[in-house]
Amino acid sequence: MTHPMIEMKGVAKSFGSKHVLRGVDLSVERGQSLVIIGGSGTGKSVTLKCVLGLIEPDAGEIWVDGARVDGKPRGDALLSRFGMLFQGGALFDSLTVWENVAFRLRQDRSKSNAECRDIAIEKLRRVGLKENVADLFPAELSGGMQKRVGLARAIAADPEIIFFDEPTTGLDPIMAGVINELIREVVVEMGATAMTITHDMSSVRAIADRVAMLHEGAIQWEGQANFLDVSGNPYVDQFIRGSAEGPIEAVR
Amino acid sequence: MLSLLTRPFAWIGALVLGVLREIGAVVIFAANGTAHAFRPPFFLGELARQMVRIGYNSLPVVGLTALFTGAVLALQIYLGGSRFNAGAVVPQIVAIGITRELGPVLAGLMVAGRVSAAIAAEIATMRVTEQIDALVTLSTNPFKYLIAPRLVAATLTMPILVAAADSIGIMGGYLVGTERLDFNAATYIRNTVEFLTQGDVASGLWKAAVFGFIIALMGCYHGYHSGRGAQGVGRATTQAVVSASVLILAANYILTELFFSA
Ligand SMILES: Nc1ncnc2c1ncn2[C@@H]1O[C@H](COP(=O)(O)OP(=O)(O)O)[C@@H](O)[C@H]1O
Ligand SMILES: [Mg+2]
Repeated sequence: MTHPMIEMKGVAKSFGSKHVLRGVDLSVERGQSLVIIGGSGTGKSVTLKCVLGLIEPDAGEIWVDGARVDGKPRGDALLSRFGMLFQGGALFDSLTVWENVAFRLRQDRSKSNAECRDIAIEKLRRVGLKENVADLFPAELSGGMQKRVGLARAIAADPEIIFFDEPTTGLDPIMAGVINELIREVVVEMGATAMTITHDMSSVRAIADRVAMLHEGAIQWEGQANFLDVSGNPYVDQFIRGSAEGPIEAVR
Repeated sequence: MLSLLTRPFAWIGALVLGVLREIGAVVIFAANGTAHAFRPPFFLGELARQMVRIGYNSLPVVGLTALFTGAVLALQIYLGGSRFNAGAVVPQIVAIGITRELGPVLAGLMVAGRVSAAIAAEIATMRVTEQIDALVTLSTNPFKYLIAPRLVAATLTMPILVAAADSIGIMGGYLVGTERLDFNAATYIRNTVEFLTQGDVASGLWKAAVFGFIIALMGCYHGYHSGRGAQGVGRATTQAVVSASVLILAANYILTELFFSA
């Protein structure tokens, strides 16, 4: 029996009286790329954070590679299998770009500083950044560049499971294309399991094996990416048309 | 009617419970941070950076505060003492006042304003911009990487700062004493040195270590538990400075009782 790499069962989370997740069921197979779509503020980022243990769900179960992980702090062994690109980049602003990218490698203390720096520069190149940004501080970069540094940091230690929170938001279309290709590469070549949040439909089509639509705290539709246009689901249809008319209220 | 009578008690009860909960949270936070300071891996680079930031960079502020405090102390003691022909005690009282109380307390308050605020703002910003979440996902415990180095750095550097403040404060008194009040320089120094005991200086340095811990603790605690957005950062900063200052004054009284009432 094979088990999914990530499985969420009935995950619920409220902040005060705001019920953000009301029972999310989701599973991602090993080596698969799942994209979560949904309006802003529907709890997509919260969903990823629940898996990582940054937010503890109020109810439900979270399984990673066949082991239940919720209810206790995620250990180092578990976290070292994950890479995460945060929505805002979340770069450490007291460290230079290469120190950010090599952060996990440097904590291991098995590699020399020079080796770590070389790996960091190689990862920066993969996200389309030149060597000359390596010694800058994050504050000296544009928003799009920060995002790409965050991406380089997420993939730096070649994790098995990678979460990308809006990887292409704030990038120009060409750079977005480069990043989409990179994510696809990471999944196909490295065999990583990926969960990506995005609003960008071209990104969805480029990255996704499967797509899940989150709305009102639950998954409204889940299916193969190539069935997206024929889902017959009113939420999905409205979302991909980008229309103000439909079951999703434009004023939220 | 009855509810009108009992409502104040409910408020007081809620207030007391809230305060107790907060104290409990601070104590657990402090214990957690301290425990991580003694368990590897150690982030020595972080520690060194914090020692420079907290200690070395506070030297000008603390030095100037001590200089003027020593100077004004000499003047006032002379004026007051002269009323009963005791103007000559200036060197002794300046020395004891600076080393036992004013050195550590004023340095503590000045550093609380500077460092608690800076630590709170930095850590709160890291919280708000998800850098603390990022640390966790990179398998690095924020208590080990952020909190412990700051607690240790402040606890170790405050006594050094206060030792400097003591010297500069006494020098301030000396300058006023010899330049303005016609004390003989050699006599002033001899009276200071012969009068001061090791206990006077040591008690002040112990206080300094405690104040340093309080300063870093309040900065870290309020920063770490910051609310969301820029407003959260602002509130964390204010709370850090206010609570650090009040706690320093309270701790100073308790420590003085401990050291000197025997
Ligand atoms: N730590 C938190 N504390 C309080 N509310 C939060 C927190 N994190 C997220 N929220 C709220 O949860 C909702 C969903 O947030 P999020 O998952 O970031 O949305 P998105 O789908 O755009 O990523 C928002 O209304 C947000 O305000
Ligand atoms: Mg989000």
